[in-house]
Amino acid sequence: MKVRGTKLTSDEFHNKVIAVKHAPEIEYDWATGVAISKFLKGLKDGKIIGVYCDSCDRTVTPPRMFCEECFSPMSKYVDLPDTGIINTFSIAYIKTDASRVEKPQLPAVIDIDGTSISPSGFLHLLDEINPDDIKIGMKVKAVWKDAIDRTGAITDIKYFKKMEDA
Amino acid sequence: MTKKVGMVSVGLTQFQRRAKETGKELAYYSAKMALDEAGITRKDVDGVIIGSAPDAFDGVHQKHEYLTDGSGGFNLPTMRGYVGGGTGVFSPIQGWYSIASGVNDVVLVTTEEKMSSVQPSSQAAFLTIFDNMIERPLGPNLVWIFALEMRRYMEKHGIPKEHIASVSVKNKGNAIDHPSAMLGKKWTLDEVLNSELLADPVRLLDISPVADGAVSFVMMSEEKIKEFGISKDDVAWVDGVGWNVDTTMWTNRDLYYPKYVEKAAKQAYNMAGMKDHSPEALRKWLTFAEPYDPFNYKELHHLEGLQLFGKGKAPKAAFEGVTARDGDFPVTPSGGLLGVGNPIAAAAGMKSAELYLQLTGKAGKRQIDGRDMERGVAQAWGDLMQVGTVLVMKGGRIE
Repeated sequence: MKVRGTKLTSDEFHNKVIAVKHAPEIEYDWATGVAISKFLKGLKDGKIIGVYCDSCDRTVTPPRMFCEECFSPMSKYVDLPDTGIINTFSIAYIKTDASRVEKPQLPAVIDIDGTSISPSGFLHLLDEINPDDIKIGMKVKAVWKDAIDRTGAITDIKYFKKMEDA
Repeated sequence: MTKKVGMVSVGLTQFQRRAKETGKELAYYSAKMALDEAGITRKDVDGVIIGSAPDAFDGVHQKHEYLTDGSGGFNLPTMRGYVGGGTGVFSPIQGWYSIASGVNDVVLVTTEEKMSSVQPSSQAAFLTIFDNMIERPLGPNLVWIFALEMRRYMEKHGIPKEHIASVSVKNKGNAIDHPSAMLGKKWTLDEVLNSELLADPVRLLDISPVADGAVSFVMMSEEKIKEFGISKDDVAWVDGVGWNVDTTMWTNRDLYYPKYVEKAAKQAYNMAGMKDHSPEALRKWLTFAEPYDPFNYKELHHLEGLQLFGKGKAPKAAFEGVTARDGDFPVTPSGGLLGVGNPIAAAAGMKSAELYLQLTGKAGKRQIDGRDMERGVAQAWGDLMQVGTVLVMKGGRIE
């Protein structure tokens, strides 16, 4: 079987062939919607917000305007504790742009307490912990920015840290 | 009553890190090769399917319009399907239903990806698949979510890393015999286990390389296959198709098991008349499998979703050689994404093509020998860890 295609080395691609370059400058402002705007407002106030579905009898976070299971509207927003358990985690030496870092970032899925399915939570970061000591199932607590610095963003929580006496 | 549909040829380009050709030119190479292999011309084609993943990689908006000419779709009913990494199996599924429904009789399907255009790496484009409001501000990398899923899977079943790493050794080794391969090489288990740590537990050799490439198929109704006088030795029949998508809220489901792959697989098996979904029965019914392997653990994860091994059972089987090309149940004889390369939509297109090539005895040095090539399954996965696409085909020779 004969297959076609012409290979370029990195040097050829970047320095030898004629390439047309383009760096688009595009900005977006996303209205955060009915449910996530409540979640982000909650973060600004130092709280984690969830939502309760009457017909499925379950509490989940991040909140949504409708239940993806039973397709009923969801409007009972509830305050959840700012604690949870580590559902899974990584010790990451690779950043968004694929560049490498010496001090690892510690992404984790945090299963937030007070929810009724497992997991129910969100992606965040861990800190104040030796990476070698992180375990799935470990109890963690949110570390918040000072109230004055909070803007209604997921980064209003700086990171999660291991709970003392857990 | 749906029409019976057969795949009668495939075409592939070389997979490579940087192709000189544009995406449209790559699509032309594979589409032209598929037509030539089938012994037909574009005039015989009455429908075209294009599969390509995010426009962000090419920086070309509405990529299907751009790719139309290269895919042979000029002035024909042409449609693009797109479910992220799941696309390369979804595209032949679309080819199947455009024929099975009676809308078309001869369909040219092309899957294409050109990932080298985005600078400095494709990671910047991958960022756009994360939730725009509560995930992107954290600065994620695509490797993160694989690391999170891999750890969850390993923790749930107590899987040793050696078992997972053995998949990289097997697939990259199998790829030596694939003419499109960019990374075919015999690595040792220690080399995989000690390669650069990117996001623990993911290391460099656990991952497939980004690539440029295209893969095409010609699919026809049974009537047209007879009309063109195509030998049944050159046909692989579509036996079952399935696809399924889970919620995009991936932090609200347990990543250790791909339920959506199970649902897609059962849809395909049921359509093919296979009601016994036990691993033993399915491994007897199917001769081999081409599950999606962008990362080594994903092949194992998907084998379990496909019901070919019990939950947590695939890693040990792989480590013990059960899934080697000459093992009891060959898995990824092509060399997979890990070895041949991962031009997203075309990567799973290559897996679908491997079903055809193995079932018709045209896989060359990769041909699984010593057994009747009755039936194979290809599976792909994509979107934000949430879609499963499954294609079961059987050889024309067992009719």
